[in-house]
This record gives sequence, C-alpha cells and structure tokens, in this order.
Amino acid sequence: MRKECDVLVVGAGPGGSLAARYAAEAGADVLMIEKRPEIGAPIRCAEGVSRAWLDEVNIKVDKRWVANSVDGAKLVSPSGSSFYVDEKMAGNEVGMVLERHFFDKTMAASAAKAGAEIMLKTSATGVTKKDGKVVGVTASSFGEPLSIDAKCVIAADGFESQIGRWAGIDTGLKQTDITTCFQYRLTGIDIEDRYCEFFIGSAAPGGYVWVFPKDEETANVGLGVMLSRLRGPGEVKGYLDRFIRENERFARGQPLEAVAGAVSVSPPLDETVMDGLMLVGDAARLIDSITGGGIAHACLSGMYAGKVAGKALEAKDLSREGLQEYETLWRDRLENKLWRNWMAKEKLITITDEQFDTIIETLDEAGVEKMSVYNILRVIKERLPDLVKEFEDLI
Amino acid sequence: MIVTVEKCMHCGACVGSCPQNAIFLNDILPIFGEECNRCGRCVRVCPVGALEMEEEV
Repeated sequence: MRKECDVLVVGAGPGGSLAARYAAEAGADVLMIEKRPEIGAPIRCAEGVSRAWLDEVNIKVDKRWVANSVDGAKLVSPSGSSFYVDEKMAGNEVGMVLERHFFDKTMAASAAKAGAEIMLKTSATGVTKKDGKVVGVTASSFGEPLSIDAKCVIAADGFESQIGRWAGIDTGLKQTDITTCFQYRLTGIDIEDRYCEFFIGSAAPGGYVWVFPKDEETANVGLGVMLSRLRGPGEVKGYLDRFIRENERFARGQPLEAVAGAVSVSPPLDETVMDGLMLVGDAARLIDSITGGGIAHACLSGMYAGKVAGKALEAKDLSREGLQEYETLWRDRLENKLWRNWMAKEKLITITDEQFDTIIETLDEAGVEKMSVYNILRVIKERLPDLVKEFEDLI
Repeated sequence: MIVTVEKCMHCGACVGSCPQNAIFLNDILPIFGEECNRCGRCVRVCPVGALEMEEEV
C-alpha cells in the first residue's frame, strides 16, 4: 500500500501530537503514525510536570489529565535527612502529576481536530531518501507493508530515535548519558501528597528514586540508574524492588502498573534538521539531564517543528535551509539550560552518599529563604567551600 | 542474543541504547540485525533482564 502527505509525523507522544497539530493548523496535509495500538499506553514516564510552559504551547489544563497538584519537591538524602524546595526553584518537574494515558490522547485529539490523520499499530521500518533528501518512510501497518511519501518527516520517535539514525543523523549516546528506569504505580503507601519526593544517593547510582503522588495513597515510585553503573542483566528492577522492600513507608504497597524504559541525559544533538527531516523531543535528545524530564521540551519543540513545516510548505522549500528556523527556535529557547543541566549532572554523579548527606543537612539547617538554584549554591558555597569548588563555574 | 519474551516489556530501552542501531522492536520482541557486534550494552540496559548474550560457539 502507498500513501501520500505533506507532513508525516512518526510517533504520537506529546511531541508528535503537538507537531501534527501545529502543522495541520498551518494548513498542511498531516499524517501521524504510532506503532502502539493505543496512544498514551503503555506509559514510560513518572508523569511530573510544571505548569509554566503550558500557555506557551497553548494547552489548556483539563482536570481529566491532572491526577494531582503538588506544591513542590522534597529532596531526601541517603541517611534520610530532607529538604523542601518550592515549585519555581525545582525546575520543570514539579507542579502537577499527569495522567499520561489521558494527556497523550487529548493531545492527539487536538491534532485530529486540526485535521491530522492518525494511524495506529503502524511502525516505521526505514527512511526513504531521494538525492540525499528524506522523502518518506517504509512502514508496517497492522502487519501490512506500507510506503509513505511525504514532503517533510517529523521524527518524534522518542528515546529509540531510529528515524534520525536511519536518515544519517548520529543520535547515539554515551554510557554515562543513558539512564535506565523502572517504576511501579504503588498503592496503599505512606506518601506526602503535596510534594514530589526525590531520593538521591546510592539507592539509584547516578540517578535518583522518585515518588510522585497520584492521590493520597498512590504514587509513581520509580528509579533511574546510569548505564555505566550497571553490571549485569535486570539490575534496575532489582534496585527498585530493594528500595521498596527496605523502606517501611512503601514496603506494604501493592503495584497497579509496572513501567520500564530508558531516558537520555545527554546534551542536545548537534543537528536536528536535514533535507526533509526534523527531530523533536526525546528523539532530538531534548531532555533535562538533572531531572530526566522531557514532556515540556517535547511539546515546545513539536510546536516549533509543526509551525516551521507549515511555513516551509508555503515557501515550497523543505530543504535543510528551509527548515533551519526550527533549529534556531528550539536552541534559543532551550539550549543554554540543556547544556547547563548536563554539566551539572556530570558533577552530581561524582558526589558520594556522605557528601549528599552533608549538602541536604546544610540546606535544611541554613533554611534557604528565597528559593533559587543560585541561593542554594550560595549557601553550599559559604558552608561547604571544598565541595562546591567544582560547581564554581555554574554559579 | 537470547530474548526472554516473558520478561520483555517492549520499552525500547535496548533500541535507543544500541551503538550500532542494530535492534528493531516489532510487536512481540526485539530483533537483532547483522550490525550487532555483541557489545553487551543492551544486556545491562534492559531494566528487567530480558536479554542475555549467547555463548560463543
């Protein structure tokens, strides 16, 4: 079978759906394909997001996809000391806990409403190129081979990021830039439902354990471990099972859902555009390396790509030059933060359990009044000058 | 590579981590292409231990 469209979006996560929506709104004939038989399932996500970016991409909060609202984050040190951080300070990943099953469907429905066509259980199996330009993909739809011709392809294929690699963009990752994750939605546990909790230290080497409350007795309890700290098969699930077993607040909880996945904690790609192709969201490695969060960045970059695709079609220029504005837009908005947080992550992974204890105890003691990354680092600098030396250039 | 279908959660962690882009995840399980050079990264990255290296013959 053969199909034709102006813009082909591969992957119907939030990044893909925003791209499809904005391209369709700009008048393009859009097709979005999704390999799963259901959008938003299975989730591969801890579901914590801030509210700050929603207006920017014109998403209206719908209480059907908000499981819970939180006031901030609680950092817990290896020995159990804790420190509360307010929302604005903690960056992007607190504010609310989503219901991704519903959020993703709502985003895809907005794309459909704007005129995009959606095909489920349709996997891209390769990229079609002509004279060095991307002109479509080969796919399998409900098991039947399908060729899709497109004037422009938007790769929103997530962590796997195969479209980019098939087309010739290097989306490969170093071992220290991959965090592998496991999570349970755990019910019947003792949680603080107004805070997203982050447990740092060797419970999750090179990563952290999160407890993001869905309601008063249910939370997403998961962790990510840096790949370079893993030695054998299945260790990540083992780390989580151990953490839950050894913590009396969670040990009696029962799982409602198990989630596996991996996330990049790398700098963004050097190039996210080529002739006929744009990469958005996780596929472009637009992940916050400290939190592992990517939903906001996926939605922003998806919006940019959709708008630029619309403009480029009108100008009849789908070349790298014609799509270059996409690269400029996301870099202006996100690149500094992505690099800064990646550099901070590179330092954080060298910190020992004892040092984390000292940092959290110091912050708690000093009672940082006005929360900001700057103020927190300043307190650490005053009280723990040796430890902060390496962070100096980030202050 | 030996894939234990009963363990695999189809999460794609192995696919995105493969330095060779040698893995394709179909509807049932990951498939390894000829590009696989047995580096073993996917064995460690798989959160649930669904992948094992075959013994060299």
